[in-house]
Amino acid sequence: MSNYAYILWIPLLPLATFIVLGLFGRKYFKTFSGTIGTASLLASTVLSFIVANQYFFVDGKVNGIYQKIVALKYTWLEFSPNVSIDMGIIVDPISVMMLVVVTFVSLMVHLFSLGYMKGEERFATYYAFLSLFTFSMLGLILSGNIFQVYIFWELVGVSSFLLIGYYFDKPSAVAASKKAFIVTRFADLGFLIGILLLGFYAGTLDIGTLIEKLTNAQSPEFTGMATAGFLGVSALTWALVLVFMGGAGKSAMFPLHIWLPDAMEGPTPVSALIHAATMVVAGVYLVARLFPVFNMDAAALQVVMYTGAFSALLAAVVACTQTDIKRVLAYSTMSQIGYMMFALGVSKYGGEDGLGYMASMFHLFTHAFFKSLLFLGAGAVIHLVHSNEMSDMGGLRKLMPVTHIAFLIACLAIAGIPPFAGFFSKEEILTAAFHSNKLIYGVALFTAALTAFYMFRLYFSIFWSKESTAHLHEHGEGTLSMKLPLVVLAVCALGVGFVPFSNLITSDGVALETHTNLMFSIAPVTLAVIAILIAASLYKTQNDKPAKLATAFGGFYRAAKHKFYMDELYLFITKKIIFPLVGQPIAWVDRNIVDGFMNLLATVTGKISELIKGLQSGKVQNYALYFFGGIAAIAVLFIYLWK
Amino acid sequence: MNGVPLTHILFVSTALFFIGMYGLFTRRNMITMLMSIELMLNSVNINFVAFNKYLFPAKLDGIFFTIFIITIAAAEAAVAIAIIINLYRSHQSIDVDDATEMKF
Repeated sequence: MSNYAYILWIPLLPLATFIVLGLFGRKYFKTFSGTIGTASLLASTVLSFIVANQYFFVDGKVNGIYQKIVALKYTWLEFSPNVSIDMGIIVDPISVMMLVVVTFVSLMVHLFSLGYMKGEERFATYYAFLSLFTFSMLGLILSGNIFQVYIFWELVGVSSFLLIGYYFDKPSAVAASKKAFIVTRFADLGFLIGILLLGFYAGTLDIGTLIEKLTNAQSPEFTGMATAGFLGVSALTWALVLVFMGGAGKSAMFPLHIWLPDAMEGPTPVSALIHAATMVVAGVYLVARLFPVFNMDAAALQVVMYTGAFSALLAAVVACTQTDIKRVLAYSTMSQIGYMMFALGVSKYGGEDGLGYMASMFHLFTHAFFKSLLFLGAGAVIHLVHSNEMSDMGGLRKLMPVTHIAFLIACLAIAGIPPFAGFFSKEEILTAAFHSNKLIYGVALFTAALTAFYMFRLYFSIFWSKESTAHLHEHGEGTLSMKLPLVVLAVCALGVGFVPFSNLITSDGVALETHTNLMFSIAPVTLAVIAILIAASLYKTQNDKPAKLATAFGGFYRAAKHKFYMDELYLFITKKIIFPLVGQPIAWVDRNIVDGFMNLLATVTGKISELIKGLQSGKVQNYALYFFGGIAAIAVLFIYLWK
Repeated sequence: MNGVPLTHILFVSTALFFIGMYGLFTRRNMITMLMSIELMLNSVNINFVAFNKYLFPAKLDGIFFTIFIITIAAAEAAVAIAIIINLYRSHQSIDVDDATEMKF
């Protein structure tokens, strides 16, 4: 087993960049900060590729199984010999895969931002935040201790909050950042309780030991956890569902998804990085990380499966009605993450049954490329048009040929048209769902068709529809630093589907033989093509068909356009139920009983001092008298009374 | 010499002590108060010497202590007079009743 300790540099470089730019950026490197950030991340990316090469092709495999390697372990807080919080680095197929994805996408975003954010007042701060986010995400991926995961999980949340609220002079951005933070924080409460439950029963916080103990059905830890119950549900299920709740919050699963669309208030490259490729898949990654434990509990997996499938469908329906291009992409992200989630839900651990796990990771991998491409493309469009609304766009294909082609490739990839990347991963997910649960398969198929429809609705509305209304192009399509990431990501969206993923990343590390069944692919591809044709007929040229269709759907359309009134529901619950029934009584207790006790102490002290302050006469001889009186009293006490 | 018993000497020192204390409480002039304090210190000195002489004639501890106390009294007088001078500079008076700023 060779030395992987140099992986430490991959997260440390962005951290160093964050410190340098955060402290000195605005003063000393106002214009160079972007270059500094990009250069340090380039080094991280190169290192990640070296790690991936070493792990997958040189020494990760022992006897045909990819090993889980603890590259670095430093005990940070030790509670007892078994329970400690370690800071460590773990190397296994999914962490290496995520390492490559995160550094690569982050690099593309850094590069793109050089052009996109040029001339911003807080340019250096922006790069400092990006570096902080990259550091936290890399730390999260490499964590070998579940509490370390939690620490970085919160750091990711904070940096996401900072980046969403980057334009802090815009009230909507401030509201969005608060919403994202509070909703995910609420979910993290569940995550923390889940961690504590797992740690309590398993007696360890180290993920490797935890999995070892809880996957052995005979071990006392497992039986203890499976038999202990609360409200008729075993402690194991509770713990896993609570951990999944944290994951669902970060990954924007129903019903904790409400923050994601609003989070689009941040700068567009940030959306590409955080809300498309990295942070939002943290939930999927978490479930995958603990998958052997999830596998021991069918009920928890069912929760994951149904939540994922429902979110995928709901988000796809909402995405069809939105008019803000970033919101469409946000819902599409939610839908695709739903795909990954239910793929994990239908999976089993190991062998042929582990197809869902592998498919989920594969989709995570391909999705990162084409979704960040879509966001960056949208960013380029917004940069030119200065608007997020579809109605302000149209006919842009001649003005921005590079963006147009890149966006088209990404749309084809997400729609699942062969031979683009999304086709392969979606195919695996559908196969896994087909073999496990026909209902989920049906939902997935329908969602796939919807995905193709709304993506091409977006595509045609931006690039075709009406003729371009000749905008002023002071900066044209964008600088080279903006076009380059688009081209690179487009090549990836085309090519990554051919990565022999099933040989590299499976639930148990053993290579999996996947057979592509051509007959099986007919249904989804046909549906996608039909959906694209419908979208073309509706949106390729301007006509009144979309409006007619909207009226035909009537109430359903309106409900979907208002995101099924989820925000209103949340507001109702918080403002009408939680605030008056829980918040106000607690506030009353706090003000009158907790504070009241302290105020009482203060008042009593005040009153007493008022009474005895006359003793402070200011006359020295009075004080001397008290002094001698005291001595006399003590003398009397000790001589006569103390017997 | 042997005709004077210890109790007589103790009576003198006690009287001296309470005379000093009375002076300390009743006089408003700080110099007089300082003098009263010196009286009290000297009454203690008499005690030390007397006990040394009558109870432990072979030892010298009480006499040593007396010398210490006289030294410290000299230092104390220097500090006290410095305080009195400062008080006079700020209040144009050495009457303690004029310096009552530390009243509540």
